[in-house]
Amino acid sequence: MKKLLILSTALTAAAFAASAQEVTVMSWGGAYTQSQVEAYHKPFSAETGIKVVSVDADNPATPIKAMVEAGNVTIDVADVEYADAIRLCDEGLLEVIDPAILPAAPDGTPAMDDFLPGAVTDCAVTSIVFSTIFAYDTTKFPEGPTTIADFFDLEKFPGKRGMRKGAKANLEMALMADGVPAAEVYGILATPEGVDRAFAMLDKIKAETIWWEAGAQPPQLLADGEVAMTTAYNGRIFAAAAAEGKPFKTVWDGQVYEYDLFVIPKGAPNKDAALQFIAYSTDTQRLADQAKWISYGPGRKSSAPLVGLYQDGKTEMGPYMPTAAENLTNALPSSYEFWVDRDTELNEKFNAWLLK
Amino acid sequence: MADVTMDAPAARPELLRTADGMPLKAALAAASRRARIRAFLLVLPLLAFILITFVVPIGQMLSRSMINDQFSASMPAVGQWFADNPNAAPDEAAFAALASDLAGAAEARTIGEVGTRINYDVPGTRSLFTSTGRKAKTLAPPYRDALLAIDKDWDRPDLWATMRAASTPATTAFYQAALDRKLTPEGKYERADAGSRIYVTLFIRTFILSVVITGLCLLLGYPIAHLLAVLPLRHASLLMILVLLPFWTSLLVRTTSWMVLLQGQGVINNVLVSLGIIGDDGRLAMMYNQTGTIIAMTHILLPFMILPLYSVMKTIPPSYARAARSLGASSWTTFRRIYLPQTAPGIGAGGILVFILAVGYYITPALVGGADGTLISNQIAFHMQKSLNWSLAAALASMLLAAVLILYWAYDRLVGIDNMKLG
Repeated sequence: MKKLLILSTALTAAAFAASAQEVTVMSWGGAYTQSQVEAYHKPFSAETGIKVVSVDADNPATPIKAMVEAGNVTIDVADVEYADAIRLCDEGLLEVIDPAILPAAPDGTPAMDDFLPGAVTDCAVTSIVFSTIFAYDTTKFPEGPTTIADFFDLEKFPGKRGMRKGAKANLEMALMADGVPAAEVYGILATPEGVDRAFAMLDKIKAETIWWEAGAQPPQLLADGEVAMTTAYNGRIFAAAAAEGKPFKTVWDGQVYEYDLFVIPKGAPNKDAALQFIAYSTDTQRLADQAKWISYGPGRKSSAPLVGLYQDGKTEMGPYMPTAAENLTNALPSSYEFWVDRDTELNEKFNAWLLK
Repeated sequence: MADVTMDAPAARPELLRTADGMPLKAALAAASRRARIRAFLLVLPLLAFILITFVVPIGQMLSRSMINDQFSASMPAVGQWFADNPNAAPDEAAFAALASDLAGAAEARTIGEVGTRINYDVPGTRSLFTSTGRKAKTLAPPYRDALLAIDKDWDRPDLWATMRAASTPATTAFYQAALDRKLTPEGKYERADAGSRIYVTLFIRTFILSVVITGLCLLLGYPIAHLLAVLPLRHASLLMILVLLPFWTSLLVRTTSWMVLLQGQGVINNVLVSLGIIGDDGRLAMMYNQTGTIIAMTHILLPFMILPLYSVMKTIPPSYARAARSLGASSWTTFRRIYLPQTAPGIGAGGILVFILAVGYYITPALVGGADGTLISNQIAFHMQKSLNWSLAAALASMLLAAVLILYWAYDRLVGIDNMKLG
C-alpha cells in the first residue's frame, strides 16, 4: 500500500513537472504560423508533453534586442531571416546552438551534410527556404505578366502594385527587372550607381504602389482588389490560392529566395526545451511535413523526396516550392553578407526615397 | 510678516494656551504639520508612479541619445590612443591597439556591437569589423600592413574619424544624424547629401499635419460643442453619447473602419462609382497617403477638442449674447466680440491637447499613412524596432519632446496657461 502511494505520488509529480514545462515560439503569423503549429508544435507536444505557446510578430527578430537588453526574455525560440540571425548572433544576443543536437538523416547522413549549404550557423538552424515572388489577380490579367519586368511595366499591365516597405528584395527585383542577370545583382547593388539604378526602376511604379509590412497583408490587398499585383512571400499566395480558392497566380521569374531559421534569444527561460524543440522540428520528417501546409521548401536535402501532397490531398506540392527546378530559371539567392552590412544604409535611403 | 504680528502678543505676559496647557501657536503648527504629512502621504503613490513611469524613462531616453558606449566599451586600447594623440593620423601604434581590441571584442562576442555603431555613420563597415575580428587572433606586427592585407578599407580617413568620434561614450553624433548632418573625414559635421536627408522634412511635415488636424478638429468641433451646450439636457445627453461612443471604441477598430471606408474598393468609392459621380477608373485615392492620415486622425482626435470646448461653453450665460444683440450688435459681431473671446480658454485647451496628441501619433499614420502620410513617430518606431538604432530613436524623440515643450512655453507666453480650461 505504501509503495503504491509513493509510486502514485511520484507519477503525479512527474506528470506535473512535464505538464508545467513549456516553450514559447515566436513566428510570422498567418498561414505560416499555422503550418508550424500543424507540422511542429502539435506532434512535439504529443511526443514530449512540453506545451508549445505560439506568438506572432511582423518580424520576430526585432523584439529580441529589446528583450535581451531589458533582461526580460519572454520567448524561447524565434523564427528569423538569415541576415538577422547573423547580426543578432554577432551582437551576442543569441544562444549558441551546438549542431551535435541535430538528428542525422534517416539514411544516416550526418545533419551537417544533410542541411542545405550554410543552413546551420553558430546560433541558428534553418527550417525552410522561402521566397519573395510577385503574384497577380488572374481576373484582372487573364493574359498575365510572366516576367519580373512586367511588374514594373505600368503601360502593359496597369493597376496598383504592392511591395514590402523596406529595401530588401525590392532593390534586387528592380535590378533584375532592369535586365541585370541574377548573378550580377549584388555586385551592381554594392555601387552607388547600382543603387540609383534600382531606385530609378522603383520610381516608375512608386506613384501606384501600396507598401505592406506584415506578410499576411499582400494576399489581403489582392483579395480586396486594392492592388492588381503585389510582391509577397510565396507560401502566403499559395495558401490563399489553394486553401481559399483565390484567383492568384505566382510569377517565379525574378524570385529572391532565402532561408528562415530558428534561433534562441540569450537568456531564454526554457532553453533546454527550446533546444529540444529545434532539434525535433528540423528533423527530416518534420520539415517534409511542413510542406503539407504551406509551400516553403525544407532546409534538409533528405526531406525533399518526402514532400508529397497538400493537406487537401490532391495538390502536388513539388512545383510550388521555391527550389523546384522550373522556378529557378531566373532566381536570386538573397545575400546575407550584403544585407548584414547595408541594411541600415539602404533602408534609410529607401525611407528618404519614400518621402520624396 | 505673520511672525512679527504673532510675536507682538506673545511678548505680553498672558500667553494663549490650549486646554492642556500647550502654547496655541505650537499646537496650531503641530496640527498643520500633521495635515501636511497626511496630504503628502496621500500623493506619495502618485509621485512614485510618475517618477517611475515618467521621469526615469525620459531621463533614460535623454541619456541614451547622448551616451553610447557600444564602441568605447569594447575598444579600450584604441580609445586610449585617440585620447593620447588628438588630431593625429593613425600610426603603427594605433593599428596595434586596433588589432588587440578587435581580437578582444571578437573573443567577447561584442564585435557586432562595435561594427554596428560604426556602421551607423559609415555604411558598409559592419562586416569589416566582424570579418576582421574572426582573423584578429592571427595578426602579427607590423599591424598596419597586416590589417590592410585583410581589407584596405582600414585606411579610410572617414572610418578613423568616426572611430575617434565614437571612442568616448558622450556624443552628439545622434543629434547630428537626427538633423540630417553627417561626419566628414576631417571630423566636422556637414549637411548630408539630398538623397539621405529625411528627418528635418519629417519634423516639418509632422508639425504641418498636426496644425491642419488641429484646425480641422476646431472647425468641426466648435459647432458641435456649442450645440451640446445650448440644447435641452435630454437631447444634449444623446448627442454627448454620440460624441463619446467612438471615444470608447478601440483606436485600432476605428482606424481599420476608416480603412474599410476609404480604400480604393471601399465603401465611399463604391458609392461614388455606383452613383456615376466618378468613373470606375477614376477612384479616389483617400488612403495610404496624407489624406487618409488627416481624415482618420481628425476623427479620432475630435472628442479631445469637443470636451474642453463644451465644458467652457456650458459656463457662458446666454444672457451676454442677448445683451449684445439688444444693444444693436449684429449676430456676427456678437459672436466675434462676445462669444468667441469667452470660449478662448476652451479653444486653447482643446487646441493644445489635440496638437500634442497629433504630434506624437503613431498607429493611425502607420496603418493609413502609406508613404507620404507617415509622421516622425513612425520613423522613431522604425529605429526602435527595425534598425535597432536606439540612440538615434532617443535623439529624435528628445527633439520632438523639446519642440513640444517650446510650443507649450510659447503658448504660455502668448495666451497664458492659466487661461486654459480642460474641463
